[in-house]
Amino acid sequence: MNKKYLPLAATIAVFVALFVTGGAMYNNFLSTLVLGNILADNAFIIIAAIGATFVILSGGIDLSIGSMIGLVGVCMAVLDRMGWHPLAAAALMICFGILYGALQGFIIDFCDIQPFIVTLAGLFLLRGLCFMVTLESVPIRHDFVDLYASAKIPLPGRGVLRSSAIVMLASLALAIFIAHFTRFGNSVYAIGGDKESARLMGVNIRRTTVGIYAIGGFYSALAGVVYALYTSSGYPLAGSTLELSAIAAVVLGGTLLTGGVGMVAGTLFGGMILGLISTLIIFHGSLNSAWILISSGVLLFAFIVLHRFLVSSFDLRGTS
Amino acid sequence: MASTDSTAEHSAPGRVKAIAQSRAIWPLLALALILIVAGFISPNFYEIRIVEGRLFGNLIDILYRAVPTALVALGMAVVIGTRGIDLSVGSIIAIVGAVIVWRIKMGDPHVTILFTALAAGILCGMWNGFLVAALGIQPIIATLILMVSGRGIGMLINLLYGGTDPSFESAFLQGLSTGSIWLIPTRLVLAAGIFLALWLLIRRTALGLFVESVGGNAAASNLAGVNARVIVFVAYVLCGLLSAWAGIIMTADTHTSDPVSVALYIELDAILAVVIGGGSLAGGRIYLGMTVIGALVIQALTTATLISGLPPEYNLIIKALVVLSVLFLQSANARNAIRGLVSRKPS
Amino acid sequence: MNASAGPAARVEMHAIGKSFPGVRALSGVDLTLYPGEIHALLGENGAGKSTLIKILTGALDRDAGEIRLDGEPVDFRSTGEAQTSGISTVYQEVNLIPAMSVTKNLALGPSDGAFGIISWRKARAAARQKLARLNLDIDIEQPVGTFSVAVQQLVAIAHALDDDTSVLVLDEPTASLDAQETATLFSILRDLKSRGMAIVFITHFLDQVYEISDRISVLRNGGLVGTGLASDISRQELISMMIGRELGEVEATFAHKASEEKGTEKLVARGIGRKRTLEPFDLTLHAGEVVGLAGLLGSGRTELTKLVLGAIRADSGTLEVGGKDVGRNTPRQSLESGIAFCPEDRKAEGLVGDLSIRENIMLSMQAKNGWLRRVPRKQQERLASEMIDALAIATPDAEKPVRQLSGGNQQKVVLARALASKPEILLLDEPTRGIDVGAHAEIIMLIRRLCEDGMALLVASSELDEIVAASDRVAVMRDRRKIGEIAGEDIKRDNIIRMIAGEDGGQH
Repeated sequence: MNKKYLPLAATIAVFVALFVTGGAMYNNFLSTLVLGNILADNAFIIIAAIGATFVILSGGIDLSIGSMIGLVGVCMAVLDRMGWHPLAAAALMICFGILYGALQGFIIDFCDIQPFIVTLAGLFLLRGLCFMVTLESVPIRHDFVDLYASAKIPLPGRGVLRSSAIVMLASLALAIFIAHFTRFGNSVYAIGGDKESARLMGVNIRRTTVGIYAIGGFYSALAGVVYALYTSSGYPLAGSTLELSAIAAVVLGGTLLTGGVGMVAGTLFGGMILGLISTLIIFHGSLNSAWILISSGVLLFAFIVLHRFLVSSFDLRGTS
Repeated sequence: MASTDSTAEHSAPGRVKAIAQSRAIWPLLALALILIVAGFISPNFYEIRIVEGRLFGNLIDILYRAVPTALVALGMAVVIGTRGIDLSVGSIIAIVGAVIVWRIKMGDPHVTILFTALAAGILCGMWNGFLVAALGIQPIIATLILMVSGRGIGMLINLLYGGTDPSFESAFLQGLSTGSIWLIPTRLVLAAGIFLALWLLIRRTALGLFVESVGGNAAASNLAGVNARVIVFVAYVLCGLLSAWAGIIMTADTHTSDPVSVALYIELDAILAVVIGGGSLAGGRIYLGMTVIGALVIQALTTATLISGLPPEYNLIIKALVVLSVLFLQSANARNAIRGLVSRKPS
Repeated sequence: MNASAGPAARVEMHAIGKSFPGVRALSGVDLTLYPGEIHALLGENGAGKSTLIKILTGALDRDAGEIRLDGEPVDFRSTGEAQTSGISTVYQEVNLIPAMSVTKNLALGPSDGAFGIISWRKARAAARQKLARLNLDIDIEQPVGTFSVAVQQLVAIAHALDDDTSVLVLDEPTASLDAQETATLFSILRDLKSRGMAIVFITHFLDQVYEISDRISVLRNGGLVGTGLASDISRQELISMMIGRELGEVEATFAHKASEEKGTEKLVARGIGRKRTLEPFDLTLHAGEVVGLAGLLGSGRTELTKLVLGAIRADSGTLEVGGKDVGRNTPRQSLESGIAFCPEDRKAEGLVGDLSIRENIMLSMQAKNGWLRRVPRKQQERLASEMIDALAIATPDAEKPVRQLSGGNQQKVVLARALASKPEILLLDEPTRGIDVGAHAEIIMLIRRLCEDGMALLVASSELDEIVAASDRVAVMRDRRKIGEIAGEDIKRDNIIRMIAGEDGGQH
């Protein structure tokens, strides 16, 4: 088997193992109902993580995700109060997300500053903007929100696919297309694999970098829209530290944090693993939520060490 | 600001340039500017009173509140000096807080509590150092692990004494929080002592030179006989220790352990303090004094925002703008672009 | 190949000059390339080969001179522009993305649109076609990193070549290829040549130069030493062009010590080596002796010094320092047993650029002292100023960041650091690389003086005259092997050149 699929295989193995463990421990766990709920409850994290996958594949990082989700939420809520249709507000905020992401990408490449710091500024700035928009939780009351909440596609068994899950799966399909079937996607992998080589092979680094962070911005804004519709409110503190969950989902999904290796589809499983862990712990009832964080950390550690040794094996076989 | 800077360079090349190039001047100017603006907003800003045998006032308050960030930033400065970064400092503080409450509930004497807390921080630092120095994992990734799981570990420790209520009473910690020695708040004395000890360790042994040489060029340092891995390991341990001190003070302030939200985003403030103090994330230099100034700039901004009547959250936007402008000034490409704009305008 | 009356030149580079801060990299270099020729470009490290190539391919701006492509003056501002005009380059370190498949690598490049959709069916067909041009039949779905370096090299060439490539530049393409792989590459190059392509071939393997190239140009210290038909230049002439001054110049006037004057044995290496790096060798250094290490680029000079230091881990042999077995040493342990080292690549391995001269000088001595016993500032300053005086380092003060010094002065700082640790054995790799003539002479004088003080020195150098002028004994390297030693009155340029050229071994 091709070595670069090893992390993804490990991800899927962990996911299946967790799901089967759940099934062995609790009746009714191995059902489309649980699966459908995990998909719907974690849709916004997975959507944000899909955007982060592009950024991380290119060897970068995006810390502004959580704040973007918060800002999109409060703006949608306030626009709703001003009489906007939620879809119009969503479109506006997604455009903002794309533009802000592109700006971050431009600053990173033009000023040659670490993505960590630029997106850190983004984290502060966007969260600050949240508070400028509103200081309290604002409900979104619109017929469309009710429609969104009630729409579902039945699955075999008792489960349903809710709107959030549908949006997530559609955006995943789009991401898979961009990553694997466009020149741009190919360039993303190249920049993450070896930026200098990519430059020498004629890849336009600036255009690609701007594109990568624009995609990151698009997906975090979309995650914000889904989160706002899902909770039917906007809250200026929403999405705090969500960037960490998104990054963890990407790593658990088999994407190397050093860039260049990974698959967008893996991120779906990475996010589902995080969702499964919390579902399992909530099912158990007596366990503290501390275990959610600790088990994520342990898995993260295992994957990072696995990746570390995979990377050195790539180096060994690669160029001197 | 950047454009006036470069025009000034053209008009009076000599002295202005020399001052502008001194790395100490910008953070100090920023601090002074913030304090002056704050003085305009609130006329009695500079007032210092003595209440119950302790100094009070906005200026003291800035120093007082900047202590935890400054301590963490000092550790961060050492780690950044090795061309590393430590994202887990907030989690270390959470763990230390939980350890303190646990040992208090177990009825340990003060000294034991103190040393257990510091040992917890050192242990965390050793973990990070092991991942970075021995396994060779990128610092940002390696410390992410503890950043994610550390708060969970803190919550777990809270479960150790089975208590649902992690709050406590401790005269000793109360003294650390609000006590004073000769009018000066105790924690300022403590922080000054820690700063002095760190300064002696970095500048009066060869550790500082080794850290800076490893951060500047690890390959060359190795060939010159410096054991780079050991140096990197020690840097993370130091950062863990200093974070533990910050954790002790923050726990003393809140009388409780709250692993979920204590010291949220402190790693970002600490990194920011190092960068404002002139440290480059590319490593190779440690500026201890300037890092403290950086932490004071951040705290002064927060305090000034507060007294200006703006919601405290606006502070985030100001902070973001500060980060961006510092970065723009550091970027050669951006400087050239600005210079190009400035020189084009007159002609 | 008839240069004078043949086809019109494809590329004419005339009087090319380029300076970097403190270094003149190229001056007045001419290079002409004709369609259907393979042109070998030779020279030691730092001779200016890469700079010249980068100027041709638009990766660097030139300070002086002009470039004509098919008679038209051109001024490339990026590698992309050069590529569009038909000049393609394959760099020394294979520039591919190891984790990506061959198809995906070949699909990389300046795209038509940012969101251009890739049809992998078409991309695979295009990849197969490109590889077929090079007679390469491999599984194009495998990651590039899983193939041998030779195949990677060919894939890189396939990526560089497109239909309108008229000039192909290969920078050390054979550095990591074995004989078979090299033969494959050469047959492909001959095929491309027969189709009228002009090929620039940079290498340091002389056998290959004679095997494949039509014409040869040699650079040294940023200047063109000469260009000629490969059939007109003998091997010895070629080596002499690369590392020696022209014949007839004065021989060094220094009396080599006879072998009976040797001091005590300071360092004895027996059978030290490492697979695929350097064959096991024996070497003895005596007190008060300079051993020169001669050989062409890639012959294993640097590797030998690093094996002795322990920076490259040996997998065989023993090392004795001062009569004691030190086993597999690390640079840190070597420092403690009295070995100091000055690396060839000052910027990457020698200096910590942002630290001051004083701090750089102190580093090894302080490492030897341990971190607790810090040398007091006063003593540091005294030592730094002593070193600055003794080595005549040109600087206003010891607190200047070492990055701001000129090449020669930087080299002296590296030397000063080594000397400050009070070594008994000093390993110098290219101590005079890239420094001006005055500093050059000073460093040779210094080497002799240290030797007279009883130090044992190992000096690796690509400058033959330097070896001849400074050494009591010369170890000669060829093809990652120590092939012999000469001592005393036998140390003459001609003797060394003959050994390097392999005339004793009966090659050519």
